[in-house]
Amino acid sequence: MNGDIGWSGLATSLVLVVVAIGLSFWRRLDLERSIAWASVRAVVQLVAIGGVLQILFESNQSLGWSWLWVIVMVLFAAETVRRRAREVPDLFPLALAAFAAAGAVSLGVLFGLGVFDLNARTLIPLAGMMIGNSMTATILLARRLFEELRDKRAEVEARLALGQVSSEAARPYVRHALRTALIPQIETTKAVGLVFLPGAMTGLILAGVDPIDAVRVQAAVMFLVLGSAATTTVVVALGVQRRLFTRDHRMVRMERTARD
Amino acid sequence: MAGPHGPLVSDVDGAIPGRGVTVVIGPSGAGKSTLLRLCNRLDAPSAGRVLFRGDDVATLDPLLLRRRVGMVFQKPTPFAGTVRDNLHVAEPELDDTDAKAVLERVDLTGAFLDRPATELSGGEAQRVCLARTLVTEPEVLVMDEPTSSLDPRATHVLETLTRSLVADGVPIVWVSHDLGQMRRIAEHVTVMSVGRIVQQCPLHDLDRAAAPEVVAFLRDPGQDDDDER
Repeated sequence: MNGDIGWSGLATSLVLVVVAIGLSFWRRLDLERSIAWASVRAVVQLVAIGGVLQILFESNQSLGWSWLWVIVMVLFAAETVRRRAREVPDLFPLALAAFAAAGAVSLGVLFGLGVFDLNARTLIPLAGMMIGNSMTATILLARRLFEELRDKRAEVEARLALGQVSSEAARPYVRHALRTALIPQIETTKAVGLVFLPGAMTGLILAGVDPIDAVRVQAAVMFLVLGSAATTTVVVALGVQRRLFTRDHRMVRMERTARD
Repeated sequence: MAGPHGPLVSDVDGAIPGRGVTVVIGPSGAGKSTLLRLCNRLDAPSAGRVLFRGDDVATLDPLLLRRRVGMVFQKPTPFAGTVRDNLHVAEPELDDTDAKAVLERVDLTGAFLDRPATELSGGEAQRVCLARTLVTEPEVLVMDEPTSSLDPRATHVLETLTRSLVADGVPIVWVSHDLGQMRRIAEHVTVMSVGRIVQQCPLHDLDRAAAPEVVAFLRDPGQDDDDER
């Protein structure tokens, strides 16, 4: 069976959005407008992206445009991290460096070692998976680490007062925050196939690819996500740690800011 | 020394004797804690100098300085793990014989080594924190209202301990807002008020030579809370 649903198929699937709106109305959740707006946005954004991808793939454009796309995705992701973890000072350049490092590592392995051929059709989706999935872990890490060091300030300063260097004094708290940020990703990797079928594989199977072929791609994508999430979180953790201590191993003041 | 809302202490001019117990006393917000934190460089002054035995602390290695000027904080800060783990943070190579010896100095037995530090009572935890600091063999101890979260019995134990530490030749700077405590343990007194040192003298001279602010404070220390910083 072919997974091509056509425009009429897409339109029919909107019935499910109507169901969601109906349930919201029935239970007075006051989410009807949000659901409708989210659905419209999703369709418009996806169609726009799909259109651009189609042009990039078909017109044999140089790979430069695809790299440009990746750069825009990285910028957007770094801005999202900054916005979602607003309490952490100067997070944007840090997140940017983290995604750049993760991109260099993970795309370097996948393309450099020839796991995938490098072209627009592979670069953009893989970079998208890498950035999108490691973004969540990065936000979690930044918030968690900042809170941890702020709430445990007395303990950290007690360690400094015993003559520990700042990186040593912060280590237990950095370790805890990194574990908290990465464990969900590891659990997802463990549960894959048993509990849920991940998006890439589902899409490939619906599009008519043999399941075993789809599984191979999916596994590579999961490892991509795992490797890049580990890279981005560690880079951000080291960066946040540097920002919160002075060169002479004092802890800077951390004001409580309202969270939006 | 500047905070987010202007200086926390300013025009602080004074010297703390290198022997005995000096109590730094004053109402909340007087800058007592800040003064201590400047001494072991957990804070750095935005202007002025802090000298330790004649050396500007800004020119000393902060990590070594902090081991020479040992600090005990207002609230006990036991780290996760056993009491032994806590002592090892101060000195990773410390063996059990030395660990037991340092626990004895704070009136705890060697049986405490295997106890989880975060499950101790407030008084026990504070004594473990003191022991942890003593592991670094400090030349001076600075203690920031170390009994403010302890019950009277535990407070008495800690105050008594200071006598034996001083007898061992470790001078102590003890921040307090409790006049009774000051009279029990102090040999020298430094009175602070709104970010300034207003008087420094031996305890027995305090009532005789008190500056007007000091007289006012001694008469009515006011409603005080622990939350100075």
